[in-house]
Amino acid sequence: MSPAGRHVYLDAARDLCPRIPAGTRRRERGSTFASVLLALLLSLLVLITVWIFAARVFPAPSSITAIGDQVDRQYALTLWITGAIFVLAQLGFAWAILRFRDRGQRARFVPGNSRLEFAWTVAAIILFLGLGVLGRRAWAESRFTPPSAGAIQVEVTESQFVFNFRYPGPDGKFGRLDPRLISPSTGNPLGLDDNDPAARDDVVVPQLTVPVNRQIALLIRSQDVVHNFFVRELRLQEDAVPGMIISVHFTPDRLGRYEIVCTQLCGLGHYRMHSYLNVVAASDYQAFLNQQQQALRQ
Amino acid sequence: MKSRVDSAQAAAPGQIGFVRRCLFSTDHKVIGIQYFFLALFAVLIGIVLSLFMRFHLVWPAAHLSWIPWLSGGLMTPEQYLALVTMHGTLMVFFVLTVAPQSAFGNYFLPLQIGAPEMAFPRLNMLSFWLTFVALLVMLAAFVVPGGAPISGWTAYTPLSSVGSVAGPGEGLGQTLWIASIGIFCIASLLGALNFISTTIDMRAPGMTLMRMPLTVWAWFVTAILSLLAFAVLLAAAILLLLDRSAGTSFFTPAGIVLSGQLQPHAGGSPLLWEHLFWFFGHPEVYIAILPGMGVTSHVLANFSRKPVFGYKAMAITLCAIGFLGFLVWGHHMFVSGMSPYSSIAFSLLTMSIGVPSAIKTCNWLGTIWHGKLQLKSPMLFSLGFVSVFVTGGLSGLFLAQPALDNMLHGTYYVVAHFHLIMGVAAIFGIFAATYLWFPKMFGRAMNERLGQIHFWLTFVGAYCIFMPMHFIGIEGGIRRYSDYTGANYLAALQPLHRFSTIAAFATAAAQLIFLFNLFWSLRKGAPASANPWNATTLEWATPSPPPRDNFGAWKPAVYRGPYEYSVPGAAADFIPQHLSPADLEAAGAD
Repeated sequence: MSPAGRHVYLDAARDLCPRIPAGTRRRERGSTFASVLLALLLSLLVLITVWIFAARVFPAPSSITAIGDQVDRQYALTLWITGAIFVLAQLGFAWAILRFRDRGQRARFVPGNSRLEFAWTVAAIILFLGLGVLGRRAWAESRFTPPSAGAIQVEVTESQFVFNFRYPGPDGKFGRLDPRLISPSTGNPLGLDDNDPAARDDVVVPQLTVPVNRQIALLIRSQDVVHNFFVRELRLQEDAVPGMIISVHFTPDRLGRYEIVCTQLCGLGHYRMHSYLNVVAASDYQAFLNQQQQALRQ
Repeated sequence: MKSRVDSAQAAAPGQIGFVRRCLFSTDHKVIGIQYFFLALFAVLIGIVLSLFMRFHLVWPAAHLSWIPWLSGGLMTPEQYLALVTMHGTLMVFFVLTVAPQSAFGNYFLPLQIGAPEMAFPRLNMLSFWLTFVALLVMLAAFVVPGGAPISGWTAYTPLSSVGSVAGPGEGLGQTLWIASIGIFCIASLLGALNFISTTIDMRAPGMTLMRMPLTVWAWFVTAILSLLAFAVLLAAAILLLLDRSAGTSFFTPAGIVLSGQLQPHAGGSPLLWEHLFWFFGHPEVYIAILPGMGVTSHVLANFSRKPVFGYKAMAITLCAIGFLGFLVWGHHMFVSGMSPYSSIAFSLLTMSIGVPSAIKTCNWLGTIWHGKLQLKSPMLFSLGFVSVFVTGGLSGLFLAQPALDNMLHGTYYVVAHFHLIMGVAAIFGIFAATYLWFPKMFGRAMNERLGQIHFWLTFVGAYCIFMPMHFIGIEGGIRRYSDYTGANYLAALQPLHRFSTIAAFATAAAQLIFLFNLFWSLRKGAPASANPWNATTLEWATPSPPPRDNFGAWKPAVYRGPYEYSVPGAAADFIPQHLSPADLEAAGAD
């Protein structure tokens, strides 16, 4: 240490040390304008947000499965609870900012309140964990139960940047795949091995066609990177992970044509990975299968 | 331990050369300022990248022929994804990790605990220069053949592990990205060790744990998170580098076919990368936001002239959030193919993080209740912090439920959520810290009127950018799409995108006010006194800016808690921590 260099600071520090300016009960200027404006902005935020949700300005498309409806109910419950907290918290702050702005008053010395703190801790635990426990149901029903024995199996194979859907054909069995045989240009995008008899009647199509009111079991795979299978109306998405076969199931209860997209960043063509889910009547589904088998024989 | 200050550097500033004083300094204050300007540089790049993205999303066909790197003035999908990747990476690592923790923590942690230096000054210097090298390596990815990586800041494998066959930018660009992250991890680990040692070993006499300012608590907990999280990311980055360059297959499974070629890998697991990445990635969110919570508590007390409401609960909840933060990474992976049973555990743990967060919010409200609110710029940004923290936190209660994640995962809803709670809230914390501590750091005040205008525009602007994204997401708008033509329903969401983009440009322009204020005040700001905010903590008990050894020969001692504002019977409405009962009596007698 070089004492000569330090005593300069020593004096300065001593000087600063024990002094408190007297007469700090004066009022800061400019706080009124700022508090009114901030309270106003917070109220506007609440007003606009509540209006958008209450008037359903931007609704999610309606669901087409029973489980999707359950997801929607859980969504609505969560919206009510978080919405109430949102309104209370933002308006609570708006009120406090307005009410306790500097008007020359003296602040009240309140270092805490154990009873209040205990109360809102318990309230938060009950609200948040309760919501989580209730939310378990919609998830459990779609993910914990395996597909029923009579479910229609379709394999989804994703690759940069296409969806392919494979139906097992009349034998009900998916044939062997060999990645070395993959050749989209010669009409074998999945690498079906024709030496396997089970592979010969497998149908591969670029769109997913399923009958209404039947359980569909998807086996999701990827040929290259991580992709995803997402249909808004099903309230269902699942990643397609190379090296894994992931099973999900759903039962669509409304006819229609719905869009399938990829939500997992998979490369430069991520945005154009796209296909359709066609939910058709049982008879139309049979016609679709027959037509595919005919095309296969030609 | 307490006299680690280089004797050469303890001497008056004039005796040290420019290089040792400003570049390769071991002074924690200089290093803090270096980190601050590094983060400022990175955030400017990050903002420009996001403006390009927002512009492209809304006007994809506009010809920007004045920009040389766009082919014919149009942005390609891979260029868009390179922007996505680099924006996320720069912001998360070089802004949200560096500014709140490395910059302000470095400068003020020793000051607030009454220490003359960090525990390991040379290690501190090494941390900064490693971070600087990491930034250069990261930016170099822009200019190498193939450009910057397109795999996002999460770098999911195998997209990131198989090389350029997976797409442009996945060659050298991705390698540089991984190298940069590895260097950044080492820097952060060294920094974390330093913060932890300093907090444990170098507190002034009387500075018990329960007398530490909440900022110190936040930096301390954040440092522990950094130590545990960056160690895992470093290991994962090394394994990923080996997968790319040494033919290993940690994250790359067998049977992958890209561009018609069967890849020579077998036995790896993409889910392993996701687990390791998010084991780091989720605590990282708290690394970004905890210091902002500390600053908010600190500022709300100071500018309400009241003690922090429930100080003990505030310290405990910081620790609780830090601890729980390590148990929730799986909520990023509900639809990844992970076991659906573990999703429920991750979901309930995630919901339980809402509890300490709610306690903090209630205590912040309790702090300003019956206060004497002085709405200066630091206070405005702290109140703004609470507002966006509430908004962004509540949308997290949706995403924490796997059933709802089924419809929201991968959409703009997630983008809105994490930008509000991690981006905007953390940035508001940084702004509050800047306006609060600028006078201490540079000895000059920032312009208050410009600070206020900056706040109003930024507060309104941030909400206008991100609120519409919730609705885009609820309707199924997917993030990381460079174009809305991929799915038919996306076109209907364009008006919301347009609103968000216009707000983004306006808000970015408002930051010029901040930049002007910052650089103008550096040279022309009104000289600041030692304690311009009538605050209680130790950083205000030394001149602005503080001397090289912080307190000179005066050895600070602490006699009371950090937030003694408006104590009944006291002469003034604040009692600094270093005032002894005897000092207080003497002052009262004046």
